[in-house]
Amino acid sequence: MSRKTAKTDTKDSYVTADGRTIGPAVMEMQNITLRFGGVIAIQDISFDIREGEVRAIIGPNGAGKSSMLNVINGFYHPQEGQILYKGEVRKPLKPYEIAHQGIARTFQNIALFKGMSTLDNIMTGRLTHMKTGMLSQALWWGRAQKEEVENRAFVERIIDFLEIQSIRKVPVGRLPYGLQKRVELGRALAAEPSLLLLDEPMAGMNVEEKEDMSRFILDVNEEFGTTIALIEHDMSVVMDLADRVVVMDYGKKIGDGTPDEVRSNQAVIDAYLGVSHD
Amino acid sequence: MPAEFYYGVEVFLNGLMAGVMYSLVALGFVLIFKASGIFNYAQGIMALFAAMTLVGFQEGQIPFAHLINAVFGTEVHHFGWTMPAFFAILFALGVMLLFAFLVEKLILKHLVNQEPIILFMATIGLAYFMEGFGDLMWGSNVKKLDIGIPQGGNFWIEENTAFLGGADFYGFYLDTLDIYATVIAAVLVTSLVLFSQYTKTGRALRAVADDHQAALSVGISLRSIWVIVWGIAGFVALVAGIMWGSKSGVQFSLSLIALKALPVLMLGGFTSIPGAIIGGLIIGVGEKMFEFLIGAPLLGGATENWFAYMLALVFLVFRPQGLFGEKIIERV
Repeated sequence: MSRKTAKTDTKDSYVTADGRTIGPAVMEMQNITLRFGGVIAIQDISFDIREGEVRAIIGPNGAGKSSMLNVINGFYHPQEGQILYKGEVRKPLKPYEIAHQGIARTFQNIALFKGMSTLDNIMTGRLTHMKTGMLSQALWWGRAQKEEVENRAFVERIIDFLEIQSIRKVPVGRLPYGLQKRVELGRALAAEPSLLLLDEPMAGMNVEEKEDMSRFILDVNEEFGTTIALIEHDMSVVMDLADRVVVMDYGKKIGDGTPDEVRSNQAVIDAYLGVSHD
Repeated sequence: MPAEFYYGVEVFLNGLMAGVMYSLVALGFVLIFKASGIFNYAQGIMALFAAMTLVGFQEGQIPFAHLINAVFGTEVHHFGWTMPAFFAILFALGVMLLFAFLVEKLILKHLVNQEPIILFMATIGLAYFMEGFGDLMWGSNVKKLDIGIPQGGNFWIEENTAFLGGADFYGFYLDTLDIYATVIAAVLVTSLVLFSQYTKTGRALRAVADDHQAALSVGISLRSIWVIVWGIAGFVALVAGIMWGSKSGVQFSLSLIALKALPVLMLGGFTSIPGAIIGGLIIGVGEKMFEFLIGAPLLGGATENWFAYMLALVFLVFRPQGLFGEKIIERV
């Protein structure tokens, strides 16, 4: 399978070697600059995320990757630059409003609702799809009941997909780390996002867990056609997963392209990969 | 069985029902603490204010009558009508929901991401403000609250249990009001639990209680959740205000029931709704039984005033997180 044949020179759709259709850009970051006081976390970075692709953002520690994800997600608002989402300039919105626009995410240091069961955690992911008012919910009446049942059915499909049936009722605080990460992915998937943000999905995992997670990410992308932007430390993993890669260092963009292009980029090699032994 | 045994049972039952009343107050604390990590010092005053508002609507009192009279030299006190209890309760509920909205709008919104102690201080300020505001709005006189719940000993129970203990026993003396309070509290708690377990909003409430950032990322607006939580707490305060107000009149001392909720919270844990219920029952039964078995015969009585706090202290030593609270484990 070759996932490394993306074209970067066109706005049109194209089909990858493994048969996925990659559409035009769903999100464009234009000249984003983010400062915290005197510290520049992100400096004049532009890149786009195309519909249906797996886009990775990599870089050494402190490169500003997580800040970038937080900008996309609305936790931070950049001082300069603009963000185009689905072709329109996005106003500075609150994170929950951005969630309602179809952007879901996971967190580097797992942010699950620890007291709640796996099922309930994933159900919270459906909140943006549930519209009934407080009163009909309180009375468990008509539409509210129907909605609850429908969403429950959807969540069960996600639970099947992620192979976590056996921990459906377990409070997530008691689950091992790898499973918690999987539940968090499930919660984000439940929102049926147009753009799924994954903050270091394999951090702290053992080899087996990493392989599982990679498989799930690829399956999500292939089966649901979900656009994914992910941050990752583990270079080897990223190179197999991503269609295109943005490389950051000290808040600047130093490379952007297919994994092969990035691998052969001298600036990237110097900053991140170390000296090539080929 | 000797009559003393049945008197003991009677004390036990009365303790249970007193405990329910404590639980009602504690519940308001737990709801807000769970969702926003705020210990709401104003919960007791909220119950008082809700009860005052209810009486005010029922008797057609003109709000701020004293202020109006002082400024305009008029002599108005009442609209001249009385309102049926049902509508007065609805209006009072409306006022408590408006209050929740204003608390978020005027206070909480500006204190996002502040330390818990700052938020706690804000609720102290809120408590004193509401104390004065309530007096200004409805007057500070002691009011009678009557929404039609019968009071006094329940003859039916008394007559039908009299045969149990022989000639010296006259049947269980249970206050009808307490029985009503127990039933209402049970319904209230059951519906709250069902609401939080099986509805979208309930799930959002629990989510916010667990992790603010994650809640935002799945599309939950913290501010609307806070309005909802304070609204529910206002509703619980209204119920507690009605029950305690019917029992002992609507006056300032009503707000001090909040102090009785503290040991309940220490026992049950600040974050657990079932904890608030069980804690309340233990305190209620505990203080009545202690008075009956040890306090009155051996210590000269009046142990009910301090027993709850002492029990809470013992609990703090052996189980600081309470019976149902989350155990705090620090990973090293």
